[in-house]
Amino acid sequence: MSIDENTAAKVAKLARIEVESQDLTALAKEFNDILGFIEQLNEVDVEGIEPMTSVTPQKLIRRSDNITDGDKQSSVLKNAPLSREGFYAVPKVVE
Amino acid sequence: MANLNSLTISEARDKLKSREISSLELTNSCLSAIDAADALGAFVHKTPELAIEQAKLADERLKKENAPDLCGIPLGIKDLFCTKGIESQAASRILENFKPEYESTVSQNLLDNGTVMLGKLNMDEFAMGSSNETSIYGNAINPWKIDERGLTPGGSSGGSATAVAADLCLAATGTDTGGSIRQPAAFTGIVGVKPTYGRCSRWGVIAFASSLDQAGPMTKTVRDGAIMLEAMAGNDPKDSTSANIEVPNFEAMLTGDIKGKRIGIPKEYRLDGMPSEIEKLWSDGTEMLRQAGAKIENISLPHTKYALPAYYVIAPAEASSNLARYDGVRYGRRAALSSGDGINEMYEKTRAEGFGPEVKRRVMIGTYVLSAGFYDAYYNRARRVRALIKRDFDEIFADGVDAILTPTTPSAAFGLGEMSDADPVQMYLNDVFTVTVNLAGLPGVSIPAGVDKSGLPLGLQIIGRPWEEGDMLNIAYSLEQAAGFSSKPSKWW
Repeated sequence: MSIDENTAAKVAKLARIEVESQDLTALAKEFNDILGFIEQLNEVDVEGIEPMTSVTPQKLIRRSDNITDGDKQSSVLKNAPLSREGFYAVPKVVE
Repeated sequence: MANLNSLTISEARDKLKSREISSLELTNSCLSAIDAADALGAFVHKTPELAIEQAKLADERLKKENAPDLCGIPLGIKDLFCTKGIESQAASRILENFKPEYESTVSQNLLDNGTVMLGKLNMDEFAMGSSNETSIYGNAINPWKIDERGLTPGGSSGGSATAVAADLCLAATGTDTGGSIRQPAAFTGIVGVKPTYGRCSRWGVIAFASSLDQAGPMTKTVRDGAIMLEAMAGNDPKDSTSANIEVPNFEAMLTGDIKGKRIGIPKEYRLDGMPSEIEKLWSDGTEMLRQAGAKIENISLPHTKYALPAYYVIAPAEASSNLARYDGVRYGRRAALSSGDGINEMYEKTRAEGFGPEVKRRVMIGTYVLSAGFYDAYYNRARRVRALIKRDFDEIFADGVDAILTPTTPSAAFGLGEMSDADPVQMYLNDVFTVTVNLAGLPGVSIPAGVDKSGLPLGLQIIGRPWEEGDMLNIAYSLEQAAGFSSKPSKWW
């Protein structure tokens, strides 16, 4: 599997990271180096082996469905780069 | 009294409890050492006023009976831990000025035990790196020095390792996703403990790869590691992967008696081209355990070779998901936008200028291996290989092996900048002996066991059975006694 500049650009888009077009060649090369290293996994016989979901055999614990917290609007917004009237503020999403 | 900052936790505990010294004296000694060590780049946010206030409270508490062992002990906290009201930015530009409104469970547990917080410690950005060179704060520098070069303290917990090795604090917190506690501990001649997955709560620890991340102590001795781990650990309802298993008194388990313990030596860890001094360190360590009465057995962990490639699918995949939250909306930094920019431009510009090159690389690799058409070929395959890696360990432990001895790293500390021209995979090889432990969720500890020909410290790793950190630490304690490593870096900073 070789990654070209178009694929690199597509991945960058999916990851929501702006990449300048002149940087795509170098990025594609890095991807290929890393994926080349990962290719070794194809040597392993994984027939009949389930993908691991949890490293410890325990079940995820369910918490009780209660309200345990609240009234934290100012705390929640404290670190927002931009907020207005008690809400996060973002560029216009819907025309 | 001079040099209180060079005390171990256990020594300071005894002096604090007998009122021979006060926490305030001890804390001031660390604060002076920190202020004289800016050249090391270890402390990136200092909290001296808070430290003095906490030290005074600790001194009050120490006047009463039954103060906890860590009461009055000054610590450094890795920047990955959220600390209430104090910058916590995972060494990333994207979290510039982020001051959490809450405290991580682990750092809260330490505060409840009366510890004193000296400040936040340098690290690789989002804990992604093995040399502390991806930090927005600049490099942390290893206090060990052999020529004009600055050496890396390792990573990602490089600032923690530097701070402990240079006696800027008595101990520090670290986190370990692929070796980020143990590798820097080895590079700086200190002890680093990575507990069993689920032993320490991940709540409030800025997430890198959630199925691998574990917090642990970085200390001057194994005993200190035992004391500090007990305080950090424990079940936490706020982390659903936190284990509801009792935390024993680890220190009480340090008897030094390891007679009859079965120690496995895995043949797959003997790499082609391994430096002879690493080879020798390993065989010397094996001999020390044998002398102490342990039974040495050759074992095989056949899927070892595939641990690093599996890790470099799983960890970036989880990172790409975890780091999706840095969107310029809820916390941290938003890029300046041009007129007409919409929400996608805001995300893309914010993340492009907020993340460094290694973080971007891993987020994008993770995005790729999770994308439609590649999910099975990469991500699911890696998770199946991970299951096999864990099975290798399960079988060895089911056969009755108590612990496994390996080198911690394939080399001693290297020079800062020396890896900058290498492809990313070369840097990843630093974690070749440590990453298996994270994939299998096991506990591991690195202890300083010798020096290379230029005098730099080298570490040996003990891998323990799940939830048997006490037994693992006791074996490490025995090895520590036998190795007798007591060198300290000479002060040049």
